[in-house]
Amino acid sequence: MQQANRLRPFFENLAFDRQDNQMVINFGPQHPSSHGQLRLILHLDGEQVIKANPDIGYLHRGMEKMAENMIYNEFLPTTDRMDYIASSSNNYGFALAVEKLLGIEDKVPRRAKIIRTMLLELNRIVSHEFWLATHALDVGAMSVFLYAFREREWALDLIEDYCGARLTHSAIRIGGVPLDLPEGWTGNLANYLDKVEKAIKNDYEALLDENRIWKMRLENVGIIDKEMARSWATSGIMLRGSGYHWDLRKEMPYEIYSELDFDIPVTDKCDSYGRYKLYMEEMRQSIRILRQLIPLYYSSDSQLMANVPQYISAPKEQIMTQNYSLMQHFVLVTQGMRPPVGEVYVATESPKGELGFYINSQGDPYPYRLKIRTPSFFHTGILQDLLPGYQLADVVTIIGSTNIVFGEVDR
Amino acid sequence: MAQHQVKFGNGLPVALTTVDKIVNWGRSNSLWALTYGLACCGIEMMASGASRYDFDRFGTIFRASPRQAEVMVIAGTLTKKHAEFIRRLYDQMAEPKWVISMGSCANTGGMFNTYSIVQGADRVIPVDLYLPGCAPRPETLQYAVMMLQKKIRREPANRNRNIPQKRFI
Repeated sequence: MQQANRLRPFFENLAFDRQDNQMVINFGPQHPSSHGQLRLILHLDGEQVIKANPDIGYLHRGMEKMAENMIYNEFLPTTDRMDYIASSSNNYGFALAVEKLLGIEDKVPRRAKIIRTMLLELNRIVSHEFWLATHALDVGAMSVFLYAFREREWALDLIEDYCGARLTHSAIRIGGVPLDLPEGWTGNLANYLDKVEKAIKNDYEALLDENRIWKMRLENVGIIDKEMARSWATSGIMLRGSGYHWDLRKEMPYEIYSELDFDIPVTDKCDSYGRYKLYMEEMRQSIRILRQLIPLYYSSDSQLMANVPQYISAPKEQIMTQNYSLMQHFVLVTQGMRPPVGEVYVATESPKGELGFYINSQGDPYPYRLKIRTPSFFHTGILQDLLPGYQLADVVTIIGSTNIVFGEVDR
Repeated sequence: MAQHQVKFGNGLPVALTTVDKIVNWGRSNSLWALTYGLACCGIEMMASGASRYDFDRFGTIFRASPRQAEVMVIAGTLTKKHAEFIRRLYDQMAEPKWVISMGSCANTGGMFNTYSIVQGADRVIPVDLYLPGCAPRPETLQYAVMMLQKKIRREPANRNRNIPQKRFI
């Protein structure tokens, strides 16, 4: 019996040009292994995928439009909700773009740069651990999920000690960082790094590296050859997994990455297993970077925000004692900073790949246009080229291995 | 749970209770949740199912199918494009069913007051519990499940959605 309060189901009038022996199945948008709200329309011949259409937009929140109606500092917390697994990397991408627009990227104090790099690398570890957990869960390894989440929670504890939030940090501001590291934080960080290094070797790799099921599910699945990786504009591990030696931290160093000693892992394997090895290796490199940062932190001055009073509020003592600083601060809070007319595109290496912010400023406190180039968007597009030819069971592996996050794809 | 205990001779002890109580006792302690991770809150929902915040203690196991689930945890931003599916999945769940709206986006639209966002999931499906926060911590979700258990225990067992319910919480 039709109930009065029920909505009548609405079916989109999709025209499927299908052969008689083909089957069209709908994968998502609510699917436990679709990593958010990915919808795939798969044409199957038996169990083999013939054609795949990714359908996105189920998490479109209109962030770029929101940015046009917000002052620059207001928009910063919104960037948290893009790649919500590694929030600080988005905060940083946006903050760096605005700093370049203002021309103050050299005035960011050294301690702020060190803390930012620490947060970025800690976020990279968190993101890769989350990737491993969900990917392993999709492929069927439950215990890796539990182990990886254990270490992830420890990293979140560190971030929580620093900025008070677990998921949406907003810990990197335009012009620096708001807080200094709490007492004993670096000691906890060093302990954590030892623990996670052991966990990678003894837990994740010991469980997965030689695991017969894991190898059967991942090896020679999701092969992205060099040509395909280039033509679909992949970045990050998707690109390095196809043999390109390209990492923005090395190619266009930002923050203090040029001073740090780390390697960029690259593989020619092109398949999901090769990418899995890269994720593990990148976590080791992040640990290496973080270990180098701890002594650097102690040798830096205590200033945390750039001293540019026309754009960024002056220190509190100055605001409380000097009339002009108070006026500037009042204008910055009520109206927002007014960057010079111009446009800027800044790309950073987020855990997923190249994260770029394009800002067009007309001299107003609001950006005239803000475009976000997110890596996951391009990695979703590649699915329509990548999936045909594989079995239906491999679809889950391939989606997992592309490491897409839908807050980022749809914005 | 048992209201009266009567013992006959040397036989087994007999416990007397009401049907409502025993049914609700069973229901409230095995709340299987539908994995409905839409956005950021979905990550916290996963975290509450994982090692530290072990949700299995509450009898809450995440299920992938609406047919096997009793409580729908709407974790994240509900867009207008997705709203149709959430209603369809809600209708597919078997009675009795409950809904927890997790996070500001699902409650009211939160910070995303834009053209593409449903301003509150309760515009599409009835919601039992609202969870504030952006994103709420896993402890908050556990507290919400405990509140829901409390609510279930106070409801009549043969509850019918079509009869207006008295509000308990």
